[in-house]
Amino acid sequence: MTVQTTRRGFLAGGLAAGAALVVGFTPKGALAAGHGGAEINPFVKVDADGTLTVVLKHFEMGQGTTTGLTTLVAEEMDADWDAVAIEFAPADDSKYANLFFGGQGTGGSTAIANSFMQYRQAGAAARAVLVAAAAKQWGVAESDITLEKGMLKSGDKTGHYGEFAAAAAEMTPPAEPVLKDASAFNLIGDARLPRKDSAAKTDGTATFAIDVRLPDMVYAVLLRSPKFGGKLTSFDASAAADIQGFVDARAIANGAGVAVYGTSTWAAISARDAITAEWDFSAAETRSTPDIEAEHIALLDTPTYEARPGATLADSTAALEGAAQVVEADFLLPHLAHAPMEPLNCTIEATENGVRVHDGCQFPTLTRPFVAGTLGLDPSQVEIVTVYAGGSFGRRANTVSDYHVEAALVFDALGRERPVKLVWTREDDLAGGFYRPMAAHRAKIGIDGDGNITGWDHRVAAQPIFKGTPFEAVIVHDGVDHGSVEGIADTPYNIPAFSVGLSDWTSPMPVLWWRSVGHSHTAFVKESLIDMAATAAGRDPIEFRLSLLGDDTNADHKRLRGVLELVAEKSGWGGDLPEGRGRGVAVHKSFNTYVAEVIEVSTNDGAVKIEKVTCAVDCGVAVNPDVIKAQMEGGVGYALGHVMRNQITMTDGVVDQANFPDYEPLRIYDIGSIDVHLVPSTEAPTGVGEPGVPPAGPALANAIAAATGTRVTKLPMWENGIEFA
Amino acid sequence: MTIELSINGKTRSVEAAPGTPLLWVIRDELNLTGTKFGCGVASCGACTVHMDGTPVRSCQTYIEDVEGAEITTIEAIEGKAAAAVQAAWRELDVVQCGYCQSGQIMQAVGLLTETPKPTDEDIDGYMAGNACRCATYQRIRAAIHVAAEKMEA
Repeated sequence: MTVQTTRRGFLAGGLAAGAALVVGFTPKGALAAGHGGAEINPFVKVDADGTLTVVLKHFEMGQGTTTGLTTLVAEEMDADWDAVAIEFAPADDSKYANLFFGGQGTGGSTAIANSFMQYRQAGAAARAVLVAAAAKQWGVAESDITLEKGMLKSGDKTGHYGEFAAAAAEMTPPAEPVLKDASAFNLIGDARLPRKDSAAKTDGTATFAIDVRLPDMVYAVLLRSPKFGGKLTSFDASAAADIQGFVDARAIANGAGVAVYGTSTWAAISARDAITAEWDFSAAETRSTPDIEAEHIALLDTPTYEARPGATLADSTAALEGAAQVVEADFLLPHLAHAPMEPLNCTIEATENGVRVHDGCQFPTLTRPFVAGTLGLDPSQVEIVTVYAGGSFGRRANTVSDYHVEAALVFDALGRERPVKLVWTREDDLAGGFYRPMAAHRAKIGIDGDGNITGWDHRVAAQPIFKGTPFEAVIVHDGVDHGSVEGIADTPYNIPAFSVGLSDWTSPMPVLWWRSVGHSHTAFVKESLIDMAATAAGRDPIEFRLSLLGDDTNADHKRLRGVLELVAEKSGWGGDLPEGRGRGVAVHKSFNTYVAEVIEVSTNDGAVKIEKVTCAVDCGVAVNPDVIKAQMEGGVGYALGHVMRNQITMTDGVVDQANFPDYEPLRIYDIGSIDVHLVPSTEAPTGVGEPGVPPAGPALANAIAAATGTRVTKLPMWENGIEFA
Repeated sequence: MTIELSINGKTRSVEAAPGTPLLWVIRDELNLTGTKFGCGVASCGACTVHMDGTPVRSCQTYIEDVEGAEITTIEAIEGKAAAAVQAAWRELDVVQCGYCQSGQIMQAVGLLTETPKPTDEDIDGYMAGNACRCATYQRIRAAIHVAAEKMEA
């Protein structure tokens, strides 16, 4: 999602974090007897044996927060990296809010960006009280104490954190703990600091939500309407009676389906297959994809909203009239599913005071009140246990907490006594909505006799993501859902008379942010068009882009030029290529991170092969360079797999894709190599989970155009004329 | 039906309906949750286990067909190739979300057992059925080469 994180905004956030320390780092005293350790502050725990545990307010979906947040605390405490333990924080907005959101949640590539100062301050505050406690115990000055690999030292005295933890927890930390100077960093910036989650994820011991098992737990699947917005009218479970392990089938209270319970996941799935149901489709989505596409294209004729301040449709129309040539095209990008590897699931059990939710929980600040509201509880009665999430790509963060609410309804329908684990199958996932919206774009770009852009009329039609959600007040302004136009309406390119119009398409089918949100389609269209304009103007694609980023007083221009120049150098841009090969470039800013990518393709009998991807990224201070590289590699792969061959389509409102064979994932053989380079920077760190995605698709489209002359304007590519080797 | 299952060096008696996929017996009955459910149609490889030392998709392996076979899951994998693969995976920090990695590792061990010194083409061919939505493929390929070197050492 888009979050307002300007440089000024970051500083304000940092100051707010500092101010919050006075309260946030108040010591909590020694932990329960027998534990022997102490909670130094909400983010730092120390056991009696010296084990340092970092408490993580952000969940881990693969993006590396277990490593990143832990690095920040460990750095300031001079901890022994291999010995630092981690645990996920409970749901508690008062302690664990995302400083950019105001509530506890992970998304918008903000985990490191919002935590950078806070987690360092938490580590520095813990260090300060541990040193103070040691100084008192040893009778030495605090300035005589040094820390190295988790050990405090003064002269011939040494001791681990645990020896001073209980005393430290009773002390008041300094209001503004002293942070290390960047020149003293040992862990931040370490090129190969090992990931904290590698061991558990390579021996089968990492616990994901789907692995949670509780005494007397039943497994459940939900029989849902085959069309979005359908309501259950009746069902017949008689044929399920003979299924071994079948427990019961009950309608859930909101009319959305039938909960089917079993003594195993397989029993529940088998029983569901035997149950028939009748539905009321009077308010359901019943259209088919070709009609939906035509409706999107028609909406481009008369945009509802002006979405780009500074120029109107009248301005761009006037500017286009005198152009020497006009580049124009329509683009159409399909609905996409997130399809995280771990299918959605959620386990709920009764507690003395309410319920406990077991989940790879991305947005506790929303899940808690939504589950509470569903069950008639106060949010304080809902406890959340966060475990590893097997991917998300946006799906587990959800403005209506859809799968948690379902799990609560399924738990409720069985009587609220037995723990219930609701599991989605892959079929449920692909047909389950909350897609990246379909997006149609239309552009007309005027070019003068010198090869410069004179005006740009750009239009977008898409189903809005944020309207009607708790985020509407922040992200929708004057009717414009920023999630539909981010990346195009706010492009840093210096383009005169550039208007962006927007129309909303509407449906009972829910849509959602998908890794990089609006940028997932706007960057594809923008960077394809820039290449088309460069070609029309007879200019080199990188030189052309640099010419639109020439303002030295503009930080965006400087950093976009930085990644473009680095990627040009590292990719061998401009160098000779064998016959049949082509290179394409794209550059894009998203989530305050700057990424340029060059893709080199070969062609063999018309079949395209992605030989090499070169990526340059500027995300400010690189806390964990290898995690950043991994996120770029993953972002490139996620983008390219979908651009090459994924789409969700419907026939009479029923989703056509059943399982992975119909939504073929990227495979190991699809990409030859991905080479990532970081721009050295001292700027505040920004996100990396999403920004690798936007430039990859257009870089591939531009490479294909360079190699074959074919310009792709409709996705996915393999449904629209491109064959892959 | 009652099945005598030989899994991870132990014999376990399991009660399951014919046609029950081995995957769900492993996960829900035996509580060996390192083996994952990803698609249920053998197109992602997250459920890969070894049957008599060969990688199979446990979601499409039925309980009545495994009697007498030796099943090994990620929790009990051992030997030269397994040790090399797990060490290489950690050395290169292959994992992201990690959900598919049990299956990737079981498949990679199968590859190195059959082909101790694989080429990129060998790897791409043998690992083609194991999907990773985080797209850790480049590191998987590199880690298999590192594991092959470790096995030689």
